Amino acid sequence: MIGVGVCADTARGGHLPNTVALFPTCLGDLVTPDTVEHAQDALGACGLDVRPVRGGTCCGQPAFNAGFHDQARRVARASLRALAQTTGTIVVPAGSCAAMMSRHWVGLFAGDRDAELARHVAGRVVEFSAVLATHLDVLERRHLSWPGTAGYHDSCHMLRELRLSGEPRAVLGCVRDLELVPLASAERCCGFGGTFSVRYPEVSVAMADSKLDDARARGVDVLISADPGCLMQLGGRADRTGKTPRVIHIATLLHEAGLR
Amino acid sequence: MSDDPLTSSTFAERSRVQLAKPFLRQAVARATDTAVHDLRVRFAGHDYDGLRELGREIRADTMADLDGFLVKLTDAFAANGVQVHYAADAAEARAHILRICREADATRVVKVKSMATEEIDLNPALVADGLEVTETDLGEYVVQLDGDRPSHIIAPIIHKTRGEVRDSLSRVAGRELPDDASELTGFARERLRDAFMQADVGISGANFAIAETGTVVLVTNEGNGRMCTSMPRVHIALMGIERVIPTLEDLSVMLPLITGAGTGQLITSYVSMLSGPRGEGEPDGPEAMHVVLLDNGRRALLGTEYQEVLHCIRCGACQNVCPVYRQVGGHAYGWVYGGPIGAVLTPLFRGTVDGGELPQASSLCGACDDICPVKIPLHDLLLQLRRTRVNDGAAPWRERLAAELWAWAWSSPWRYRLVTRLGGGAMRVMAAAGLMSSLGPLGRWARGRTLPLPARRPFHTRGERDV
Repeated sequence: MIGVGVCADTARGGHLPNTVALFPTCLGDLVTPDTVEHAQDALGACGLDVRPVRGGTCCGQPAFNAGFHDQARRVARASLRALAQTTGTIVVPAGSCAAMMSRHWVGLFAGDRDAELARHVAGRVVEFSAVLATHLDVLERRHLSWPGTAGYHDSCHMLRELRLSGEPRAVLGCVRDLELVPLASAERCCGFGGTFSVRYPEVSVAMADSKLDDARARGVDVLISADPGCLMQLGGRADRTGKTPRVIHIATLLHEAGLR
Repeated sequence: MSDDPLTSSTFAERSRVQLAKPFLRQAVARATDTAVHDLRVRFAGHDYDGLRELGREIRADTMADLDGFLVKLTDAFAANGVQVHYAADAAEARAHILRICREADATRVVKVKSMATEEIDLNPALVADGLEVTETDLGEYVVQLDGDRPSHIIAPIIHKTRGEVRDSLSRVAGRELPDDASELTGFARERLRDAFMQADVGISGANFAIAETGTVVLVTNEGNGRMCTSMPRVHIALMGIERVIPTLEDLSVMLPLITGAGTGQLITSYVSMLSGPRGEGEPDGPEAMHVVLLDNGRRALLGTEYQEVLHCIRCGACQNVCPVYRQVGGHAYGWVYGGPIGAVLTPLFRGTVDGGELPQASSLCGACDDICPVKIPLHDLLLQLRRTRVNDGAAPWRERLAAELWAWAWSSPWRYRLVTRLGGGAMRVMAAAGLMSSLGPLGRWARGRTLPLPARRPFHTRGERDV
């Protein structure tokens, strides 16, 4: 894997000051703003002083993964500058964006005038469920409840770049009446892959089907993930093929379970 | 190549053909899941990750002085009476092998499964030279009967069901064979035994070659490797120059890595270590043994950002965990090597004009990195190839324009707000008019999936909230 360092460890959680900056990400901002609000509420319920980041746009991941580093850097710089104005942990309710920022920004800005800034900001980035996993005691005390069965889908970059898999499950473990069903396909890619899903829609859709089929075979009511990209892919495909299971962000499940 | 899918079609076209096959996905999923499951279960009590790190170190140390180890290997082979030939490319390798066959007055050739011989497209050349060639690995035998190509590095007919294999063998038998694995292998064994008895030359690849001892190592499960390399008068081993490992002790690391990663076995049924032709007073073995060292684009990777791809030991593990390969199989990749390793090797070996598309055919999930027995950073190499494609100006103008427009709009907060507001409104109008499919890339996305519309009130327009 790529240059594991301080940043990756920080992104897994750790000692967190009380004030946090919530970076909505472009997909969260434009397509799933309610989810971002759910994340905001959840963090607030844990006693954190949540300040949404204003003026940021996107982490640059789509262009970075497509090989367009100059363009990725230009876009990421807008977010980097906005984030530099904030203090405390930068919470990102999107696994792959958190991985992009904490793992790839340092390389993307290497030799750039903002290199030092990128290093500093990247070191503050933590994925949303990893933050909540440091407040399990609070979650337990809230008597959260969501009756039904659920499967959890690991976002590839959250799992393999940030090594976060126990954290979201531990968070879901605090929700009473929620039966978390282990899925054989949990760690297999949903087929989104950014530009991949546009370039090869048939293959991408087949990949989504293989996951949805598994979730349906296990009879789960809801498929949960912590990555809006995966959710758009799996939710969009589920909507076309029988509407089940419901595909939602972990923050939305927590919201429905009473964490607000 | 006579028929070269890589130049005559795109990955998208080839993958559509594969996706339309009713049993392919099921067959590939079952076989690859079994291999990965067996690896996890059988190596549960072993420090497999520690072994991977040792393997990575051995490969890195070897590539740091590849030429030095090749000199040692060549000297050790010579001392053992093995004749060594160097081939800069596929044509030279074929020429060496044809010449050796002619000098041996050969008419019949038996082959052990070898991706290197696939890489140089050897069989058509042998046949054109009047030789009768028989593939003796059961899977490769079926591939040959069907005029097919292997679709997986170690499981060549992973794309076929047992019923399809029965049909292929029944055609040769001239009668309907029963749908029973042991009956089918029994039939193939009979046929192949004749081929072993009559062959003049046996051709194999090499899983490893040990520089210290001058030994070719073959890892097989069917026993055909041993037959091919000991019964015919002449044995020819074709090996990529990167298959060298320094010492016999290194094999103690590399062997469980390749069997574990490949088939989930602690050791395969057969491990053959071939250190020369039949010696004075020895009862068996070939009269002559040749090794053809194949470069074919490998040396050019030394010292580049792609050097680590030379660490590959061709175990197929990255194919077994690849979610894209799982759907489309190996043939979609258009050349010899499929899956993540193929998406990296093909553009490097065949050039980015023909192979440049393949690095795009990955969702970048990184599962290959986690299973690779020698820790090749395939995910990074795929990203690097994509970046090189853009930097070399090889990306189509539409893509470059899209990236440029996107970067212009999203690199300033006010342009981002303005453009997404206008764009979001336009998308809602298009959707209401049922025109989503004409929205270019977004329309392509929306064909099999519901594309979520941008929210009327994006998060950045929402004010401070009471939490």
